[in-house]
Amino acid sequence: MAKQRVAVVGIGQTKHDSIRKDVSMAGLVREAALRALADAEMDWKDIDAVVIGKAPDFFEGVMMPEGYLADALGAVGKPMLRVHTAGSVGGSTALVAASLVQAGVHERVLTVAFEKQSESEAMWALSLPIPFQPPLVAGAGGYFAPHIRSYIRRSGAPDHIGMLVALKDRRNGCKNPYAHLQEHDITLEKVRDSIMLWDPIRYSETCPSSDGACAMVLGSEKVGDAATKRPAWVRGTAMRSEPTMFAGRDQVSPQGGRDCAADVYRQAGIRSPRREIDVVEMYVPFSWFEPMWLENLGFAEVGAGWKLTEAGVTAMDGDLPVNCSGGVLCSNPIGASGMLRFAEAAMQIRGQAGEHQIDGARVALGHAYGGGSQFFAMWVVGAEKP
Amino acid sequence: MRDVAVVSFAQSKHVRRLPGLNEVEMLMPVLGEVRDKIGITQDRIGFTCSGSSDYLAGQAFSFVMTLDGVGAWPPIVESHVEMDGAWALYEAWVKLQIGEIDTALVYSYSKSSPGELRDVLTRQLDPYYVAPLWPDSVSLAALQARALLDAGLATERDFAEIARRNRTDASANPHAQLKGSRDTNDLLNDPYIVAPLRRHACPPISDGAAAVVLAAGDAARALSERPAWIRGIDHRIETHAFGARNLTESPSTRIAGDRAGVARGKIDVAELHAPFASQEGILKRALGLSETVAINPSGGPLAANPMMAAGLIRIGEAAERIRRGEADRAVAHATSGHCLQQNLVCVLEGD
Repeated sequence: MAKQRVAVVGIGQTKHDSIRKDVSMAGLVREAALRALADAEMDWKDIDAVVIGKAPDFFEGVMMPEGYLADALGAVGKPMLRVHTAGSVGGSTALVAASLVQAGVHERVLTVAFEKQSESEAMWALSLPIPFQPPLVAGAGGYFAPHIRSYIRRSGAPDHIGMLVALKDRRNGCKNPYAHLQEHDITLEKVRDSIMLWDPIRYSETCPSSDGACAMVLGSEKVGDAATKRPAWVRGTAMRSEPTMFAGRDQVSPQGGRDCAADVYRQAGIRSPRREIDVVEMYVPFSWFEPMWLENLGFAEVGAGWKLTEAGVTAMDGDLPVNCSGGVLCSNPIGASGMLRFAEAAMQIRGQAGEHQIDGARVALGHAYGGGSQFFAMWVVGAEKP
Repeated sequence: MRDVAVVSFAQSKHVRRLPGLNEVEMLMPVLGEVRDKIGITQDRIGFTCSGSSDYLAGQAFSFVMTLDGVGAWPPIVESHVEMDGAWALYEAWVKLQIGEIDTALVYSYSKSSPGELRDVLTRQLDPYYVAPLWPDSVSLAALQARALLDAGLATERDFAEIARRNRTDASANPHAQLKGSRDTNDLLNDPYIVAPLRRHACPPISDGAAAVVLAAGDAARALSERPAWIRGIDHRIETHAFGARNLTESPSTRIAGDRAGVARGKIDVAELHAPFASQEGILKRALGLSETVAINPSGGPLAANPMMAAGLIRIGEAAERIRRGEADRAVAHATSGHCLQQNLVCVLEGD
């Protein structure tokens, strides 16, 4: 059997918040899954298999929680897979679900990703002292700050670029009712005056810690054709991994990211991503990663990503809108953050993004990364069937 | 479906405690061996997939470290499941079905020795209603064993006999941790760990790793004289609520076995991931295996039970029997969770 087409026919997400006290873990994933099923006009019985993803089990204190969540996700009697690929996991989970349809194994797959970070303190869960390994130095920000400083040194980017990204994404988040942070009174001055956490990353340039979940129903070509709402067609899927550290590794623009982008563009028939992609949801947990990924993903020449940001190209009224949803800077349920990027890209294609919709979006990129900028997952979705 | 086969299998020598070596160091020789056996290098692998658990490693993102053992440079197409490696193999099989790659590397591992395994596994339970009671893995398996006794489906002597057979067979397995057994009558004099389970009916606690190379079609034929073709593979999960399950049955194994086509021909050998002796009969019934089927000639998980790898090892051991021409058709089974909550069944055949 040749590779089968995949359609995104249902999307759901929770309201993301610092503490979702009103729901259990099961309630959280079920909230997203029920919304995806309703969007797909399907019921639990229509689903062939469930693929769930989340970041480290230590974040909630439940080992392999898919066993406990099987009931809440209607998986009893069905196949259930649990993916974990670090911060990219939400994207990887969607890709594993897509592969079940691409392979012709299943027709309708429910894929879910979540994190209930209020159950623990993620920063310290990421800072466990492990013998013979360099410590992460209090969370991911401490780990990534040197990469950002290296980017600034190499590119000569002016200091305010990170602040511009933070301002844009926080303003975009106000247009997304599901976004955790709703900072209606945000200004450039407020971003600039926020406390410096890990130089050059200020408090307002950092992602929040969120409780949240995202779910999608992926269907075969037949399912996509029969859907009453417009599906988003998967045009390309790619993942890449490389080791965390070795001499000569470029941590600012990792080879894995470049290879992954080249692979997904090739599948989607994209030669000029800047021209042919209408909207991007990229994984930007710290503001400066927008210009860094713009280069890594081939939207700008090396050293020139910041110029797109500065010129407003990545704003909602620019010609390459990035993170219209507010992105990871507004909602960061870690395990779900990658799937939210994939789902938001598909929402743009399906015309579902409400106030943060880009009119006429036909081709969108969803991007996720994880670990020490070493795990990458991407998909290109489009309005036209591939 | 596309023809996909197990073309290479390697595993560590499983031990109670492997001090002084971390997971990467434990895994690397196994990864080297599984590739060297068929003369393949990482650059010829189309997809790599692994299975492991952060809770066993005691570290968030523990699988990131073991990626160093693979040689992921230039960057590779790779994914990871927080499950037994049998499910990583399933993901790789799916990827091969898409038809764009011809080879995949699968590995899994764990060291259970640094923690108290029985306590660690309680963290797998419903965090609101069950886990706070800390019911440990042996106690839960004992509940299941008690249900079997009460239903008249097994006796304590059956458990002892199964344990004796598995560990006796393990004498021929150079990778086994526990080899040989006292006779059944003698075993029945042992005290209970948690009644009705005696020490012999429980799996050992193991540190270990395993790896498999899968290949499709002509690539499989080029890499192996006698590939072990995967003729069917399926997995299913059951409710997490113990009170809602009949613990004497494994409906998820039955569905997976039906869909994998276990009954479509005579089975020569079965490798069953039954960590507790009491669980073997449940699986045997769910898969409809006759008395002529050789069960766990490797010694099974009663002889070595590296968490996250013991299921993948069942597939590897079954494939090895086929490769060596000792079997033409085999079934391999993997389980996850307490009391056989989730199960995978794989049917393998020689040409």
